[in-house]
Amino acid sequence: MKLELRNITKRFGTLVANDDISLTLKPGEIHSLLGENGAGKSTLMNVLYGLLQPDEGEILIDEKPVKFYGPGDAMAAGIGMVHQHFMLIPVFTVAENVVLGHEPTGKIGNLDLNAARKLVKEISDRFGFDIDPDAKVQDLPVGAQQRVEIIKSLARNAKALVLDEPTAVLTPQETDELMDIMRGLAKSGTSIIFITHKLREVQQVADRITVIRQGKVVASPSPKASASELASLMVGREVDLDVKRKPVKIGAETLVVKELTVLDDRQHQMVDGVTFSVHDGEVLAIAGVQGNGQTELAEAILGLRKIHSGSIEVAGQDVTKSSVREVLEAGLGYIPEDRKKDGLVGEFSIAENLMLDGSFGAPFAKGVQVDFAKRDEIAEKLIQEFDIRTPSAQTLAKQLSGGNQQKVVVARELGRELKVLVASQPTRGVDVGSIEFIHEQIISARDAGKALLIISTELDEVLALADRIAVMYRGRIVGIVDSKTTREKLGKMMAGIAA
Amino acid sequence: MSKKELKLAELEPESKEVSVLKEIMSGDPVRIALSVLLGFFIGAIFMVVFNPDVVKSWSNFGADPNYALSTVWWTIQDGYGALFSGSIYNLNADNFINGIRPLTETLRFAGPLIMAGLAVSLTFRVGLFNIGATGQMMVGLAGATFVSTRLHMPQVIHMLVAVLAAILCSMVWGIIVGILKARTGAHEVIVTIMLNYVATDLFTYFLREPGLLLEANGGGTPKSDHPDGTAMMGALLGPSFKLNYGLIFAAIAVFVYWWLMERSTFGFRFRMVGHNASAARAAGIKVENTFVWALAISAAFAGLAAATQGLSMDGGLTTSIEAGIGFDAITVALLGGSRAGGVVMAGLLFGAFKAGSSSMQVAGVSPEVLGVVKALIVLFIAAPPIIRALYRLPKPEPKVFAAIQQAKAAKVIK
Amino acid sequence: MSKIEVTPGMFSKAETKPSLKAPITMLASALMVLVFFGFLGKAGNITYVWSDKREVVQLPVYTVNSMFFCIVLGALLLAIGGISLVINLQKKRTPFWLIAIFGFIAMMALLGWLATGAIQGVQMIFILSNTLVLAIPLILGGMAGLMSERVGVVNIAIEGQLLTGAFVSAVVSTMTGNLYLGLVAAMIASGLVSMVLASLAIKYLVDQIIIGVLLNVLVIGVTNFLHSAWLDNDSAHLNFPGTFDKIAIPFLSDLPILGQVLFNNRITVYLMFLIVPVLWYILFRTKLGLRARAVGEHPLAADTVGINVGRTRFWWVTIGGMVAGLGGAALTIGNVGSFGREMSGGQGFIALAVVILGRWQPIYVTLSALLFGFTIILRVWANQVSPGIPVDFITMVPYLVTLVAVAGFAGKVRPPAASGQPYEKG
Repeated sequence: MKLELRNITKRFGTLVANDDISLTLKPGEIHSLLGENGAGKSTLMNVLYGLLQPDEGEILIDEKPVKFYGPGDAMAAGIGMVHQHFMLIPVFTVAENVVLGHEPTGKIGNLDLNAARKLVKEISDRFGFDIDPDAKVQDLPVGAQQRVEIIKSLARNAKALVLDEPTAVLTPQETDELMDIMRGLAKSGTSIIFITHKLREVQQVADRITVIRQGKVVASPSPKASASELASLMVGREVDLDVKRKPVKIGAETLVVKELTVLDDRQHQMVDGVTFSVHDGEVLAIAGVQGNGQTELAEAILGLRKIHSGSIEVAGQDVTKSSVREVLEAGLGYIPEDRKKDGLVGEFSIAENLMLDGSFGAPFAKGVQVDFAKRDEIAEKLIQEFDIRTPSAQTLAKQLSGGNQQKVVVARELGRELKVLVASQPTRGVDVGSIEFIHEQIISARDAGKALLIISTELDEVLALADRIAVMYRGRIVGIVDSKTTREKLGKMMAGIAA
Repeated sequence: MSKKELKLAELEPESKEVSVLKEIMSGDPVRIALSVLLGFFIGAIFMVVFNPDVVKSWSNFGADPNYALSTVWWTIQDGYGALFSGSIYNLNADNFINGIRPLTETLRFAGPLIMAGLAVSLTFRVGLFNIGATGQMMVGLAGATFVSTRLHMPQVIHMLVAVLAAILCSMVWGIIVGILKARTGAHEVIVTIMLNYVATDLFTYFLREPGLLLEANGGGTPKSDHPDGTAMMGALLGPSFKLNYGLIFAAIAVFVYWWLMERSTFGFRFRMVGHNASAARAAGIKVENTFVWALAISAAFAGLAAATQGLSMDGGLTTSIEAGIGFDAITVALLGGSRAGGVVMAGLLFGAFKAGSSSMQVAGVSPEVLGVVKALIVLFIAAPPIIRALYRLPKPEPKVFAAIQQAKAAKVIK
Repeated sequence: MSKIEVTPGMFSKAETKPSLKAPITMLASALMVLVFFGFLGKAGNITYVWSDKREVVQLPVYTVNSMFFCIVLGALLLAIGGISLVINLQKKRTPFWLIAIFGFIAMMALLGWLATGAIQGVQMIFILSNTLVLAIPLILGGMAGLMSERVGVVNIAIEGQLLTGAFVSAVVSTMTGNLYLGLVAAMIASGLVSMVLASLAIKYLVDQIIIGVLLNVLVIGVTNFLHSAWLDNDSAHLNFPGTFDKIAIPFLSDLPILGQVLFNNRITVYLMFLIVPVLWYILFRTKLGLRARAVGEHPLAADTVGINVGRTRFWWVTIGGMVAGLGGAALTIGNVGSFGREMSGGQGFIALAVVILGRWQPIYVTLSALLFGFTIILRVWANQVSPGIPVDFITMVPYLVTLVAVAGFAGKVRPPAASGQPYEKG
């Protein structure tokens, strides 16, 4: 089967996620789609899988245009997709998951699980997957779950398989196994679109490469291209970011994190023995691909997550076992990565949101009563100072644009006395104007002698703000480097290759 | 998604007047009014259809259509007329005192409903669907019964101690829910349902035991002595009216609730947890502790309602003193939008329904129809799509709707 | 923009410890039996009566010394608790059948202790057959709750559905003179109540719990009104349905103990015998069930393989309502005959608890419902054999057991993952 995407354009409001992208997939080839987070890869694949409708352009199968109104259409046309977050039902067995939606049945409409088992066994054996059809998916390691997803597609006779960041969740050994599987599939005639931002893997398996940046196809380099060549294509040329900043005036160590280990609910070590410190008057940025433990690190520092071992110190005070409120009172400010979930109360007014963590005492409260006059006065002042575009301080936060919502969060955290600011993805989902403004605020806080920890998956942002950069990979810090480090080198560090 | 976006695009170019009208039409007061209206209307249909006179007259519709139609009219007028004269003002009364008595009865019935409604409202606003007011009232009643029948104290003090006992007992019950929720994450709906039954059984047991609350010379039926006169909530407006001091407690409760939720920092944190527990946690609030506090304070309101019920009725106490108020409180809270003012209005409406029941009975219309009206009104208010579909009202706030769509689109692109 | 979930496996894993709650609960109850019913128990004899006078095969009557027997049973329970502990230490969960055996022995001890010295003894047939009949509405209501929760909709309206079924079956049976028509009408009416819940919850995404509560209030209001304004006027022609005749199944009903209890019943009981296994079969052995469970666990995943989430939810909730309607009919034409005001008396809420106790499995839900049925009859019976016993505490037991279960003391109870969550197509 030959698959072609021709001149696909997809817009979300003013944002152009895919801009005139064309792509062909020949039978039996592995076509790698390379690009940074947010480059538009997933949008393109959702268009291909019928989850989104393109605004312009068309999809052709064997030279004939087709239209997909839902995943069902795409599946029927022979396209299979392995989502980054598996679409598997944890409590079902492998066989049940594979046949769900097109179940073999017996005479009285009963489920023919033997047929399902045979199907799984057959595909599993053909490609050497080694999967037990009767195992419950939740008991399988992630690598095996992924193979179940692949079996699921193959069981529906998928001729073209889309693998969306398939190695993001795999161990190195599992990654190697997946590479073998991909080669085996391609040899048997299945074509594969392999979405990734990991250069090494692309070099290993790709027959063809298409690089996407900011929604556009920027190059189709040869698979023999060097890693640094691919990296510069992916992240773009070095941009001269015009950030006015004074030289660093390093002060005392205000945030000290030592040998920090944090577990998630399933007892995985999301943060694994991390040590670093942030001085007054500097910005330390934590770079890394999403999901490498940065979220958990930030939450642990704030006291939202229980710390398994290690210690955290804020301005000389040990806050390892402190509650969130104690950490905040020790002088820490926090900008969460997801403002809608953790940073704002949408149903509250801007004024109320600005006092979210200040309800325990002055200036917002007089005793146990909210000081409304003072609250509104502070709100007016912060709205001015932080350029929050709103009809009034009583407007509900949910009615503001993303950029202005983020400014509310920034205003709240920087608007009070603090010693350290921890900011996760401070400009995610924010318009360009607000990004600039927020960056300026962060830099001026640095110049005012505060210690700042910025966590960002955007390399541009890291390079624009950081004095030092720590790169996180699988819960560990790969290395701490200065801000003059090249993108290529950072990119490699983000893929786990130590400096 | 593209279809929805198209629809939004169509909405926008409309003239300003139309959109303002839309906003008013989809706003709360109009929707509540329409819900109430529709509730009464459907209630009227029930009264008419199941009235034997109407049925008889309509079987002869061909012979006398005017009569048939007028029976319909008279049935409705009898029913709702009796409701009015039983709950607001009796137009047939010989003097003002008798005329206004129905209104005081409405107030008397409304008191406990409002207090229990506040109890449920408070937890709604913390984001908990607490339906445990029944159980909290039962336990509160047990406390009030013990103090009022077993202890003996001077006038007023006795009553206040009994009220306090009811509040404390209820709070214990509320705290149990809070701790179970906070510590184990057990769903509060199931926990409160179970605790309602346990509380009822517990109170029944107390009433059955001679050493505990069973009346002197009592037999098999679980019933307490009549509370001491010193513990009773006296008449508020003199002996001509049954209205008692419970109303004062209700008024205090409403004020406290309003202050707590709208003015105090506790209320600020309660509402924060209710709207976005995750953000509250990041703002340094211990969400689990907040649940426990909220349920404790909420239960205090239920305890006050229990005390008012227990200390104002003639005769010994039984579990039936609770009178379904704990369950009605859920509907009062939903109807009142969990706000102090709204709960007062809802409590008054339901109080009027209770007060008007007997005169409807006298007028030959089953007062049970009010149960239907009540349920329908709250259903229409809680499920906006029904009333919007019935009246073809516009959807509210297209801007917010668009924002949701945008957020969703953003999620897809990640 | 929600936080991106990290699929586990990429980070190394720390150790986990198994929970000791189940064995500890069992050992504690065993000790209570041993001490309070045994060593500190009542002097006198217990008579266990295993046969009804009408039965063909008469089993011998066993009489034992109360304290001695309870000590034996208590020791047995301790042993089972010990086994559970051993199983637990091997990092496995105590199997359900072991808990069931434990429960049965504990029940025998409790019954024996209550009836120590009583002339009528422990009337097993009376207790068991009443347990079954009283549990029918709970079982069928539980099936309704299970069916909707399995597809991800919380059904708080079971109470209303039971009441609707009870009302409609009584009225239609009386008016048509045909009890079977009443049964069908009850199912249709309750199915309609469920449809309202389903469409508001699924299509309009109104809060499922609020809608459920309000539907209960509405049904209570409507049936109360119709009862007083309509049925009471002419109950002979409106509310006098009678009940189904008991059907004794040949041969089976002659079996000792079980014969009278299980095979001499009304059609509603037999329908339950049919529905529970059929539902189990559909849920776990057919494609319909597989899809339903997929929708309840992970609607997005179900959607990506082409399953219509909304439609699946709608029909399962609706048919669940019909089953609850049958349960309502069991209250009237399957047991007492005429309809009484608010006669479901909160059984719909108990059905909710039964679903949780039974871990969303038809068979276990049935067993949990039987536990509740047992406590209802136990209360009545205990009052006769052992006057002065605080019966209110007996009634409390299943509620407390449910509390313990939801609080997670008796092992982790896991509802369908998407239960209560609306699903909106993105």
